[in-house]
Amino acid sequence: MASTAAPPGAVGKSPPRPDGPAKVTGATRYVDDLALPGMWHGATVRCPYPAARLLRLDPAPALAADPEVVVLTARDLPGPNVIQLIADDWPVLAAERVNHACEPVALVAAPTRARALAAAARVVVEAEELPAVLTLDEALRGDPRAGGQQPLVLAACTVERGDVEAGLAGADLIIEGSYETGHQEHIYIETHGAIGIWHGEEAGLEVIGSLQCPYYVHKALVRLFGLPPERVRVRQAPTGGGFGGKEDFPNVICAHAALLSRRCGRPVKIVYDRHEDIIATTKRHPSRVRHRTGVRRDGTLVAQDIEVLLDGGAYVTLSPVVLSRAVLHAGGPYRCPNVRIRGRVLATNTPPNGAFRGFGAPQTQFAAERHMDRIARALGLDPLAIRERNAYRPGDVTPTGQRLDASTNALECLRAAAERTRFRERWRAIERERARGRPDDGQPWQGIGLALVWHGSGFTGDGERRLGARAGVRLLPGGRLEVLAASTDFGQGTSAVFCQLVADAAGVPLEQVQVHEPDTAAVPDSGPTVASRTVMIVGGVLQRAAAQLRARLLAFAAERAGLKAERLRLVGGQVLDPQDRVVASFAELADAYLAAGGEASWIAQHQPPPEIRFDEKTYQGTAYPAYGWCCDVVEVRVDPDTLAVRPERVTIAADVGRAIHPVLCAGQLEGGTLQALAWGYLEEIKLERGRYLNDRLQTYIIPTVLDTPDMETILIENPTPASPSGAKGVGELPMDCGAPAIVAAIENATGIAVHALPASPERLLEARRAGQVVQPQHAGA
Amino acid sequence: MQEAIAVSDTVRFTVNGEPRCWQGEPMARLLDVLRYELGLTGTKEGCGEGECGACTVLLDGEPVCACLVPMLQCEGRAVQTIEGLGGADRLEPVQRAFVEAGGVQCGACTPGLVLTAWALLQREPRPDRARMREALAGNLCRCTGYERILRALEHTIAARQGGGAPAAGTGEATP
Repeated sequence: MASTAAPPGAVGKSPPRPDGPAKVTGATRYVDDLALPGMWHGATVRCPYPAARLLRLDPAPALAADPEVVVLTARDLPGPNVIQLIADDWPVLAAERVNHACEPVALVAAPTRARALAAAARVVVEAEELPAVLTLDEALRGDPRAGGQQPLVLAACTVERGDVEAGLAGADLIIEGSYETGHQEHIYIETHGAIGIWHGEEAGLEVIGSLQCPYYVHKALVRLFGLPPERVRVRQAPTGGGFGGKEDFPNVICAHAALLSRRCGRPVKIVYDRHEDIIATTKRHPSRVRHRTGVRRDGTLVAQDIEVLLDGGAYVTLSPVVLSRAVLHAGGPYRCPNVRIRGRVLATNTPPNGAFRGFGAPQTQFAAERHMDRIARALGLDPLAIRERNAYRPGDVTPTGQRLDASTNALECLRAAAERTRFRERWRAIERERARGRPDDGQPWQGIGLALVWHGSGFTGDGERRLGARAGVRLLPGGRLEVLAASTDFGQGTSAVFCQLVADAAGVPLEQVQVHEPDTAAVPDSGPTVASRTVMIVGGVLQRAAAQLRARLLAFAAERAGLKAERLRLVGGQVLDPQDRVVASFAELADAYLAAGGEASWIAQHQPPPEIRFDEKTYQGTAYPAYGWCCDVVEVRVDPDTLAVRPERVTIAADVGRAIHPVLCAGQLEGGTLQALAWGYLEEIKLERGRYLNDRLQTYIIPTVLDTPDMETILIENPTPASPSGAKGVGELPMDCGAPAIVAAIENATGIAVHALPASPERLLEARRAGQVVQPQHAGA
Repeated sequence: MQEAIAVSDTVRFTVNGEPRCWQGEPMARLLDVLRYELGLTGTKEGCGEGECGACTVLLDGEPVCACLVPMLQCEGRAVQTIEGLGGADRLEPVQRAFVEAGGVQCGACTPGLVLTAWALLQREPRPDRARMREALAGNLCRCTGYERILRALEHTIAARQGGGAPAAGTGEATP
């Protein structure tokens, strides 16, 4: 931890991020900051109904008012009316049937944004409204699209281990609970935007966008335009936040901008304002999770029967993969011999839900952690004791039959956070205080709560094997190295960390390494920047490529010096002989190597170890190559009169495997924690007839710095064998933990047991009125 | 016909110290003029309704949301944008601290936050955390959780007082 001496090399230090200076001076150019010669602006025509039959789209009034504008509908598509993702149900533009409010039905381009918006408002949309399914309850009763008698199931999966019914039958106690969470909007500060640049049939299509996954967009455009892959080029502009929101939806807006550009024969930019971004883009799936758990009197889990329902919205998007992760994490970080987890995603006539940091795991772990607290109270155990008893240890087996490795640090995280905050003592003291009754003096009630979670790094199951991520390093004159990867940096610090990993693996100083812009014409397919896979998987591929480069250049140096390659070392940009004499500088060697016509790029491919296998039919095997572990202790104050909650302090203890860049690593944990806390007590979307009511930043509230607790981050480093650097993914892990922790703190402060997010004052009051109140625990007091 | 109130369509103001004479619709947003007419794209639009602070500029030294400022309010006043602070080769101490302490992630809120922080530290030499929170409350950041933005300001103050630059904060607490 903090006291160990810094090792040589760049890894483990926190050098300034390379994109920092441009960002603090305003020099970074995001999509909306780019102006191309002759560029027009696009706008989207949307149908207001949640379900409707489209009768007529009439552009005449728009054209009459502004003859220069261009209007485009589903009839004008060059290829299939499909947003390429998993299923083919998501149209580029609705053609006959509208399945959610604000679904795009036409596109408009004009010389200015104002004219485009004015023209879009004049396009007449005639539609006949149809019966709509707007909630999970309505979906369960039957969806017209599924024949009306049953739900339209977008995805389903089940994990089973042991014998749940037998386990429940043999338990001392069976505890049941149901937990719900709502939509969450990403609120990346930069809204969605893309520029389409049609260069003609021969030269093809180029798109510049605010996006996480250049090759997802590439694949979608190749299909829509029917072009050979080499004639479609996708470039990532600097991207102002993503959080999963720029994983799936860029396939839509990039397609729209590209279609308009092809039609106009000039670059066309579409940038959503905040209102449009909220009404039109994907959100976190709302969830309902039911637990039926068998326990022994001492708190040991013997059976978990869990049912997961997610609201997928109108289309499949990425829901099957979200559900998979939701289900695989639904038991929480706890060992249990008999487990059955059944999951389904149901369709509703609401805007499609998609990727959001955590990808289903925050929903199911909110339920798991709330349920653990319920079990603990039923048995008279404190929150720490129930978790200490059941948390995974190395060697334990997960519901998919995966044996956990030595980097299973659930207990270490739990104990680090609990000891740091004197959790047990303070939690019990507050319980006793509640039991005694507090004076009615208007003073805020204090509370402390805890949650423990796990999060699998990398794609689920065999995803990494199927993808075979490729990435590489190019040698440039002067011994500079350039990272070639499709992994995008939308704030996390990917570029900084890649430079560190490559510098050390190649044996050159950090300043010698730079990162190429993610551009499908220039970098190989490293896969999407999602699933906490970038540092662990792509970083590992880059380390291998850099090591190959290093070996090749040392061999070249050895040939020149008449020595054996294995006798030379490359350290800090110098080639040294066994006596540590400088044989050549790396810069000089690189120039000679390039002048001799040597290969300039080394591309490596990810190869998961052959023993890592996952069977997607049985849901058995290695679900993830590594797991991160995290414990949050949240301290709150609750106003006794208004039930307004103020988080005061959060202590995050996270096992990250290895912190390549401790400042950025902590930044991921803290930023994710705040998003999770806010989802827990503040952020809420209300719908009316399938349309988001709070569709602007005045009504969709995210935390300001005034609402934000002080944070302390404890990094626990126990390298995973699953990646060469030992690092585990850290992007999503904190998103799982904050909400159950703050709700637990609120329960400690008020006695109100919250089973549905967010724990807003209104819901707390409602829960108290409904009798959702726990008795103070003062055993052993 | 009612006599028009004398609102001139010419606005004389300065941007980053440079005198400007601007003509146009008096209710035009300062944000659009900066971004699309003067090419000063460091000022970002995040919400268009004064909630997020991404478009923060300094108007006579005070942080304001440029999306809420009509051009007619700029007459005779001084506008400072992020481009008027330091270039990448001569960063202000607070800009450097944002980079080193981890106050920067995606960067979309950063110009506004840097300007608000810089203005605060111009006015007050040693704001405490509570005061910092109050001053920065108009600038939303969705990436950092704000912790390292607060630390960036603390580092700037410490460096100013101690003379030497503080070590960049690492991620760990020292248990």
